[in-house]
Amino acid sequence: MEAFTTHTGRAVPLRRSNVDTDQIIPAHWLKKVTRNGFEDGLFEAWRKDASFVLNAPERKGATVLVAGPDFGTGSSREHAVWALQNYGFKTVISSRFADIFRGNSLKNGLLTVVLPQETVEQLWKLVEADPAAEITVDLVAREVRAEGVTAPFELDDNARWRLLEGLDDISLTLGNEADIAAYEAHRPSWKPSTVQL
Amino acid sequence: MGRTLAEKVWDDHVVRRAEGEPDLLFIDLHLLHEVTSPQAFDGLRMNGRTVRRTDLTIATEDHNTPTLDIDKPIADPVSRTQLETLRKNCAEFGVRLHPLGDVEQGVVHVVGPQLGLTQPGTTVVCGDSHTSTHGAFGALAFGIGTSQVEHVLATQTLPMAPFRTMAVTVDGELPDGVTAKDLILAVIARIGTGGGQGYVIEYRGSAIEKLSMEARMTVCNMSIEAGARAGMIAPDQTTFDYLQGRVHAPKGEDWEAAVAYWKTLRTDEDAAFDHEVVIDASALTPFVTWGTNPGQGAPLSASVPDPASFADPSDRLAAENALTYMGLTAGQPLREVAVDTVFVGSCTNGRIEDLRAAASVVQGRKVADGVRMLVVPGSVRVALQAVEEGLDKVFTEAGAEWRHAGCSMCLGMNPDQLAPGERSASTSNRNFEGRQGKGGRTHLVSPQVAAATAVVGRLASPADLSDVPAPAEV
Repeated sequence: MEAFTTHTGRAVPLRRSNVDTDQIIPAHWLKKVTRNGFEDGLFEAWRKDASFVLNAPERKGATVLVAGPDFGTGSSREHAVWALQNYGFKTVISSRFADIFRGNSLKNGLLTVVLPQETVEQLWKLVEADPAAEITVDLVAREVRAEGVTAPFELDDNARWRLLEGLDDISLTLGNEADIAAYEAHRPSWKPSTVQL
Repeated sequence: MGRTLAEKVWDDHVVRRAEGEPDLLFIDLHLLHEVTSPQAFDGLRMNGRTVRRTDLTIATEDHNTPTLDIDKPIADPVSRTQLETLRKNCAEFGVRLHPLGDVEQGVVHVVGPQLGLTQPGTTVVCGDSHTSTHGAFGALAFGIGTSQVEHVLATQTLPMAPFRTMAVTVDGELPDGVTAKDLILAVIARIGTGGGQGYVIEYRGSAIEKLSMEARMTVCNMSIEAGARAGMIAPDQTTFDYLQGRVHAPKGEDWEAAVAYWKTLRTDEDAAFDHEVVIDASALTPFVTWGTNPGQGAPLSASVPDPASFADPSDRLAAENALTYMGLTAGQPLREVAVDTVFVGSCTNGRIEDLRAAASVVQGRKVADGVRMLVVPGSVRVALQAVEEGLDKVFTEAGAEWRHAGCSMCLGMNPDQLAPGERSASTSNRNFEGRQGKGGRTHLVSPQVAAATAVVGRLASPADLSDVPAPAEV
């Protein structure tokens, strides 16, 4: 996984709540069997509308997505995270994320930052008024900074450490293989098995 | 202090607990399908890893599979490649697979329970958000992403962040014609699409206890639409009766031992939930969605709401966007909304009881002119049972299309899609923009409402059919 320490970039204000993962990447893109090449599918339906914020020339190259509440609801498709990353986003700010999306993001090094809705509003106003305005997401200090905004955010120490170091969860777990083997040794015999009968 | 059902199942699966780390949980059952697994198998290959427990892993094909001409090669080359990739991966890593054409093929959340693999007190995961379905058995069942699929394949465990507990208590008697689908749509409208965020919901109360296993699956299935991490119902005699005799259910002494354990899986009297919601079943009526998320729903007897009536500015904006997308106007009675397509199927409502319910409404009646009704069984086993009962004939004689098992129009990854601007009444779980096809408009409904809507051509419940008399006999 790519490590995340601190990132500064221009932002896209997405004034929508309940942005579900079907909007982030429609289902027909899910037939691909790779983790890349999803950038053209990102918000595909909305991008057909010339006035959609992502189409504005001044948003080109923006790396911070500032979204409305309940971002990433619905389907568990990790393709939504890959699409955001393939497009160039490094971090997403919202007042509330769906659990599975948030988990998927952290596994891929896309930092999801939870800020109060008032702060999200402040950031929207700032970057709408000045598309060149930059937002800094500092994971070391657990702080978001922009002109007139300094907002602390929470992320548990363990998740933060894994992101800062860019650690691979599977390797970490396999480091505790003995615990898994010990658990398996005591599992009751009547637990379900998929071995064909 | 006592523990809740969810806490008991969680505690019984902790492989490792350490200060400052998420608990590492053992996974009893891992379900796979073609869409969210290819990149996970690639990850294993790249790192020279194997599947740790092929005996706890099972795969089927559902999202991409066609529901017509299944004996012919799949027309869409990209879908075909994805299915072939799953077949190659399962062969290479030794995973049991039920491919298209196999008698055990079907929607992954229909297949697990019908095989008896989904059992009380187990942990179940799948790279699909509707894994919450399996909570109907008192299992702790999570939808996961592809990185987690890879993690479970490699380790049979998952590090899981702590959860909060919510009780949704439904007491009283569901009125005639009001189903588990109406109940869960009403719950979601009450708590919102984000209301369950961070929670495992336990559904309880006399109305829940009276539900069949299939109805319980419908309820738990849509927990994710309220944002919950999982939904659960305590196992009881209904659960045990459903499981006994199924292929993978325990047998003999194992059955006795299992049932003895399963009976302990109830929330203790002195356990406390972090949040509680109480619903009166007797006050519920058939429920439909009018918007573009599952929380935007209302009783069928109501009208499309006025966005100005929402106090929260983001709810108001969402309602405005939804009405524009859905082509509806505030104040329009929902019963006047005409549909082009009716879809009966999906992991929410594609089981035999759902097909029976829909068939009983269309029996002896005709699908309205200009309306297309698709009936897609949740699995091959469900299809076979329906054929044995003659339900396929009931549907085709009414003018509906009887299709092969799969996810189909729930998400339109196969050719079953809405055209732009088309409107459906659908027994599936998501009314997101474009979910059933680009520009398609979806109203989520119960199987009974879907079938009545097909007959009337507008959103309707079976009670509305009294003036559409069924012909004498069929």
